[in-house]
Amino acid sequence: MTPPGPEASGGASDLLQTSAQMRRRQRRGLVARLALLGALMVAVAALVTLIVTILNSSFGLVAVENERSPGELVASRGYPEGTALGDLTKEDLVALLEAGISTNLGRRFEREQRFFGDRMVFEDLYVLNDLCMAGDPPPPACYLPARSHSQVEALVVERVVEPTIVGTWSFFSSVFNRDDVEAYAAEKYPGAELEFRSWLSWDFVVNPQSPEPAIAGIRTALLGSLWVVLITLAFSFPIGVGAAIYLEEYARENRLTAILQTNINNLAGVPSIIYGMLGLAIFVRTLEAITSGSFLGTGGEATANGRTIVSAGLTLGLLILPIIIINAQEAIRAVPGSLRQAGMALGSTRWQTVRSHVLPNALPGILTGTILAVARALGETAPLVVVGASTFITTDPSGPFSKFTVLPIQIYQWTSRPQDEFRNIAAAAILVLLVLLLTLNTAAVILRNKYSRRTA
Amino acid sequence: MTTVGKPEVNEKKTVDLNVPMETTTGPALDTFAMEAVDLNAYYGKFRAVRDVNLSFRDRQITALIGPSGCGKTTLLRTLNRMNDLVQGARAEGEVRFHGQNIFDASVDPVELRKRVGMVFQKPNPFPKTIYQNVAWGARINGMKQDLDALVEHSLRQAALWDEVKDKLDESGYSLSGGQQQRLCIARAIAVKPEIILMDEPTSALDPVATLRIEELIQDLKVNYTIIIVTHNMQQAARASDHTVFLNMDSDRAGYVVEAGTTGTLFTRPARQETEDYITGRFG
Repeated sequence: MTPPGPEASGGASDLLQTSAQMRRRQRRGLVARLALLGALMVAVAALVTLIVTILNSSFGLVAVENERSPGELVASRGYPEGTALGDLTKEDLVALLEAGISTNLGRRFEREQRFFGDRMVFEDLYVLNDLCMAGDPPPPACYLPARSHSQVEALVVERVVEPTIVGTWSFFSSVFNRDDVEAYAAEKYPGAELEFRSWLSWDFVVNPQSPEPAIAGIRTALLGSLWVVLITLAFSFPIGVGAAIYLEEYARENRLTAILQTNINNLAGVPSIIYGMLGLAIFVRTLEAITSGSFLGTGGEATANGRTIVSAGLTLGLLILPIIIINAQEAIRAVPGSLRQAGMALGSTRWQTVRSHVLPNALPGILTGTILAVARALGETAPLVVVGASTFITTDPSGPFSKFTVLPIQIYQWTSRPQDEFRNIAAAAILVLLVLLLTLNTAAVILRNKYSRRTA
Repeated sequence: MTTVGKPEVNEKKTVDLNVPMETTTGPALDTFAMEAVDLNAYYGKFRAVRDVNLSFRDRQITALIGPSGCGKTTLLRTLNRMNDLVQGARAEGEVRFHGQNIFDASVDPVELRKRVGMVFQKPNPFPKTIYQNVAWGARINGMKQDLDALVEHSLRQAALWDEVKDKLDESGYSLSGGQQQRLCIARAIAVKPEIILMDEPTSALDPVATLRIEELIQDLKVNYTIIIVTHNMQQAARASDHTVFLNMDSDRAGYVVEAGTTGTLFTRPARQETEDYITGRFG
């Protein structure tokens, strides 16, 4: 069947009368377009829901019950009504502490860190001096400077005012249903005050983990994540880039390299829990003497076998190694062959050409790929659960042989707690993690753009 | 130099390739800088160049012409073993350079390429400054003294100095296509080769830039042996002393049809094939 030619279709007016076949084609095109738009809408909706849910839990009203109201405390030191706790002198704040806590607790605080450089409040100076001379280890008060005004104020709030959050509300009910919330709170928690709280705050970032959600922070997990990523990078970047250079620049294309290449590509798709098992078997168990730090004489009981930052970093290093190799290979392959030829034709060795021309031109691409791989490592949870990240740890990691936790595991642990407030701080921690990942991705994009501008 | 068929073997004393030559004063005129003897080049099982016997005269310009795909470039790249870099490429036969077969296991291809330089079809300066483009080759070859003078000398020889002397710190990419190609020639000269292989060096350039490169090549032959692949027959006729015509047989393997002085080959070709090609009846 031959399509009708221009003569057969009978003139220009036919352009305006679409045939049934044309209408069918247009209709099909419209259906396809709507379906694609639908797919996009679903994706966007999912993303928006995620962000909104997290934001919804990160901010909102809380009902706070104080053991002793700040106003009463301020008045007890003879200040006029309306003075904030922070406006009191350090002497007054310490006096409030003296009145509000037991002497034993006071002594403990003072051994941790003195209140004044020139006098003692709870502890006997001779006892402290004895401890400093003989204690093993000596209490921190021996070498730390005296507590600052804000530190004392925080202690008064924590120990004397003792605020407890008795109820929390999400952002949307706090904003749009405030009346209901107030009525409910007034009935259920008569002694409590309603205040708006941002769970995400600077204090939240710098506070250590705590069983008390109101004062718990992510410092421990954040430091753990940074340490682990540092080890991961130190392990996988040189090895990954080195392997990629060899594969691209030196290895001949034969059956062996083809098998290697296929395996590297497949390794990039292996579920991360498998890497966790591998890390457990190799780094935690077999190489325990190394990963626990005992071969250096450091470590000790606190390191808990091989479940250390080193093991976690190396495990994640294995996990992102194929990704780094593949990305680096692509970056190296993108360097025009004419540059290699130019270098070789001048009587340079392969390595001279690679070092002077191939690597500098591939570096932005290699770094971009590495940043994205690190972002992946930062968000990994499963392998670290297997390798033995601590689910509850309040001490900061002190080095590569410390016990550790990381942000995603901290989030996971908080979401599995029964109290509502933990859900709020989990949401806030998710925000921190998202900001970290977005920062890394943005850095990768900026690097890529800068690179493409330079070669253009 | 009509050297179709096996040339008489020159009784030249063997020079150790691994000893770098200090000066560019090579053998006297009318000697051969390089000779191919029964040279075959393969890509895997495919034979790209068949039974080539050629001699390239010292400090003369030899042009390789022929239809697309006849193996001109392969032949050229075999002469300094650049084809070693191509996966699956290999060569059989001999290429004699200073009496030594460049395919011998004892010959270091890196040293060979230093002494047989190459200029490519598309200008390919390094994404570095003009100065670094010229100096890099010398630097990696261990020349340390007075790079500034070397850069100036090389750029002068490439007829580029006056245009770039005030912007040596600018990127090589900031130059025009013709300037970039002259920069590539300066870069090749800077490592003091004896032979410069040129693979269609003007095919990416406009006619004015092409003419400048051709003039430059004429100037360079005082010091260098030049072997140039071109698909432009006017260029071969204008700019070369000797011309080699290659054609492709039914297996797509390139072979030498005829070689001779450019004047003879273009005016009184010995073979009908050559005449058909140069008069534009095919190709």
